[in-house]
Amino acid sequence: MTGAIRHGAAGRLWRTTVITLPYAWLLLFFLVPFAIVFKISFADPIVAQPPFTPFFDWAESSPRRLLATFDNYLFLLEDKLYWVSYLRSIRIAFISTLLCLLLGYPMAYGIARARPPWRSLLLMLVILPFWTSFLLRVYAWIVMLGKHGVVNNALLSVGFIDGPLQMLYTDAAVYLGIVYTYIPFMILPLYASLEKLDQNLHDAAMDLGATPWKVFTDITLPLSMPGVIAGSLLVFIPALGEFVIPSLLGGIDSLMIGRTLYDEFFVNRDWPLASAVATVLLFILILPIMLFQRYQQGEES
Amino acid sequence: MKTRSTFLLSTLCFGFAFLYIPILVLVLYSFNDSPLATVWGGFSFRWYDALLDNKQILNAALLSLKIAVVSATCATALGTLAGLTLNRMGRFRGRTVFTGMIAAPLVMPEVITGLSLLLLFVSLQELTGWPSARGANTITIAHITFSMAYVAVIVQSRLASMDESLEEAAMDLGGHPFAVTRDITLPLIAPAMLSGWLLAFTLSLDDLVIASFTSGAGASTLPMVIFSKVRLGVTPEVNAVATIIIGIVALGVILAAWLMFRQERRRGGGGDS
Repeated sequence: MTGAIRHGAAGRLWRTTVITLPYAWLLLFFLVPFAIVFKISFADPIVAQPPFTPFFDWAESSPRRLLATFDNYLFLLEDKLYWVSYLRSIRIAFISTLLCLLLGYPMAYGIARARPPWRSLLLMLVILPFWTSFLLRVYAWIVMLGKHGVVNNALLSVGFIDGPLQMLYTDAAVYLGIVYTYIPFMILPLYASLEKLDQNLHDAAMDLGATPWKVFTDITLPLSMPGVIAGSLLVFIPALGEFVIPSLLGGIDSLMIGRTLYDEFFVNRDWPLASAVATVLLFILILPIMLFQRYQQGEES
Repeated sequence: MKTRSTFLLSTLCFGFAFLYIPILVLVLYSFNDSPLATVWGGFSFRWYDALLDNKQILNAALLSLKIAVVSATCATALGTLAGLTLNRMGRFRGRTVFTGMIAAPLVMPEVITGLSLLLLFVSLQELTGWPSARGANTITIAHITFSMAYVAVIVQSRLASMDESLEEAAMDLGGHPFAVTRDITLPLIAPAMLSGWLLAFTLSLDDLVIASFTSGAGASTLPMVIFSKVRLGVTPEVNAVATIIIGIVALGVILAAWLMFRQERRRGGGGDS
């Protein structure tokens, strides 16, 4: 920045302050914690405060003895529970992302094609639920889907069913909950890329005799791919580690890795194993997160 | 052409019904006199009365509000600096790491953020004695960390859409960089900072997972209390809490929309932005 150079020491001081403060904060409270998780994932659980063994044996031997152990990772490989949790989480996050795309794409397209005054109103209606509590919106589905909930009552009174359906505490409820809470994250980037779309391209293709489906697959969809990718990442990554939705709407056997990690930590109090679970989850997420960062940087420029 | 717009219109109707019906049902049931979710027992305010007597929920709400105000304010300050760093400071060493640390908290699963922060606090306590106890202060630090990333993104996108020539002119006329930021940049990005503050406030008020990890004994925020209640099923008092929160949000949004509408009219109604 030219100003800093022109103003010499004082300008440089201001520039250094602006950069250093948030940088230091994020280093200390965002990056360093991951290193600690990584370190503790190699420790053994013990009954103490804190409940894990140190990395090095400081007191006993004079050449420090490395106490690190791969036990936690070996345990993750051996115990089927963790495999099942990871794979189920990936499956549930993937299918939920597809469902969000299926519902979100036509909604975003419909909003982008609406008249301008309607457009801002509809967009606001998409964003509005995001400002109310996420937890309470998940809870709303307990009221809807319960054995004596709104949906069962409605179906019973119409006579579609003879007895209440088991809807709450199933995988279907988890899908529903994820789509419901994350769909604004899908619609917004989709809308942003669909809104930029040149209507002339569409009209030209139609004039040349392309079917609406062909126009969609050859023009609209490829041009909106940045939005599709951004929206999918914004849904997939948090959904993979989701804890609240499977705990409130899923069955007892509905294992998702976020819930397994939480229970490992709070119920079994096995901090090293919870750290190992988190480390593996982070490795699964590195690729999607880097993709997301590249998209963010693309937006910047 | 006709069939497609019918398709889009019906998807929009379905989508918005899907988004709003559960919220409306929640509001409706908060006025239900019957404690059973299944029967409509007539209109009543009894759950709101019960709420006023519920010390646990009131204290939790107060704690949550305190944490949200402090963390949103700090997150706005730090997030604004981060936004300036991303968009006005040019190149510097470690820029890639910095952009990564801004983008990652936006999508990082909460269980990972929560666990890592707790382990940091425990390790810090061992090394330095601080923080001596976990509670409101550690939750606040955790909330500042993830919400400053949101503020940074909002501020930096406002800076990116802004013409830099005003700042450059002020600099050419000999303004000190700090004075230029204070007198020119900050007033121009004030609306973005306000949206950032509101978003940080909402995120803090709503967070369950990270607060559960970073809190200590005795400090329970509103989402923590709500979660422990709704885990057991439908709780009419929670319906009342939900209705109050939804009411406040709706009022806030209507107010913001009205202010924006008025401002646009004052500008002569031109422009579509």
